Amino acid sequence: MTAGASILAQITVAQQAPGLMAIFFAAAITDNILLTRFLGMCSYLSISRQMKSAVGLGAAVVVVTACTAALNAALYWHVLKPLGLEVSLQLILFIIVIAAFVQLLEMIVERVSLTLYFSLGVFLPLITVNCAILGASLFMINKDYQVVEGLVYGAGAGVGWMLAIVLLAGIRYRLRNAKIPAALEGPGITLIISGIMALAFIGFSGLIKS
Amino acid sequence: MPDGQIQITARGAFMTQLWRENPIFRQVLGICSALAVTNLMFNTLLMCGGLIWATTLSAVTFSLLRNYTPQRVRMMVAVLIISVYVIIVDIAMRVWFPDVHRQIAAYVGLIITNCIIMGRLEVFASKNPPTLAFWDGLGSGLGYSFILMSVAAVREVLGFGTMFGLAVPWREVWWHQWTIMVMPPGAFFVLGLATWAARSYAMKREGGDKEAKT
Repeated sequence: MTAGASILAQITVAQQAPGLMAIFFAAAITDNILLTRFLGMCSYLSISRQMKSAVGLGAAVVVVTACTAALNAALYWHVLKPLGLEVSLQLILFIIVIAAFVQLLEMIVERVSLTLYFSLGVFLPLITVNCAILGASLFMINKDYQVVEGLVYGAGAGVGWMLAIVLLAGIRYRLRNAKIPAALEGPGITLIISGIMALAFIGFSGLIKS
Repeated sequence: MPDGQIQITARGAFMTQLWRENPIFRQVLGICSALAVTNLMFNTLLMCGGLIWATTLSAVTFSLLRNYTPQRVRMMVAVLIISVYVIIVDIAMRVWFPDVHRQIAAYVGLIITNCIIMGRLEVFASKNPPTLAFWDGLGSGLGYSFILMSVAAVREVLGFGTMFGLAVPWREVWWHQWTIMVMPPGAFFVLGLATWAARSYAMKREGGDKEAKT
């Protein structure tokens, strides 16, 4: 028990890095939101069949995570905390901010550029239910990040998520001709590949010192 | 999916969710928390309790309100109902289990975006009366918990040599720490293998059923 707990403590210590660059790379690589925090798995498993959609969804996630993390940090530290409502209203506020932001972004993108709308817009509704977005905001609060740090952390988490889904789409493309037992096909083999990817990402963990 | 013409029994709704359409194996929903909280069985148990509570009650509430909810704002209503129940879980856990809460707080909040609940509300509770919605919600909650607990059991025994924090019998003799099980990749491997096992069992049984019929 104690040995295990100390390992867990080490993992968490490695994530508390100062400096904006360090926060970005910690969020994107060593503390990858998908491979070490397991968030956004549903769309990761279902959208990773094609490279094009993986890249599109990934880009949308980067934008939305970064902006909502900054917005949520501002609201949390400057509105909820002074009012003493952070326990009861935090979750509802975050989820409403995310839903509203996605809706707004969809309308703006549709107005500004139809090409962008058709390549990115279809993924926007999917994002509201992507738990990586809400997760990034919640972890950011856990780590006491202020607005600027929150923005950088959100961007890093989004880039990390995109990296993971694009890598997986590439691997799944190569697996198309491989012989896989019928029962292992689909989610089974994808989970095992993700396990191997997570192992590779753990290799980076010495990269950022606190 | 049944749309009113087919008679659905409470037992049928419950059993379907528990095994035949198990949220994790069959529909691949709610994987996030399945992976994240399963390195200690006690944390997993609390998480499952929270999820069963939230799924069941929000299904009942949503089903009671189904005739009064305009189609347009359905999703928003669902999210708000779920968040109310999740906030109750969050506060209860903060009071009763502060240590566990510190470790899994973010994942408790993430029950809101757990696709299992959203999926069941959307597909089942929006079209069926509260009693059925209750059994359906309970079934999917338990189906999810049953998988989570098995994954957690494997990971805690291999990773820490304990079950619910108590040492397994003859620990000194056979047990050697398998660090990878505590760390993220272990979760992927165990859940991947579990999915494989459950699917091949289900496939075999379906094959058997077909042979029996013909």
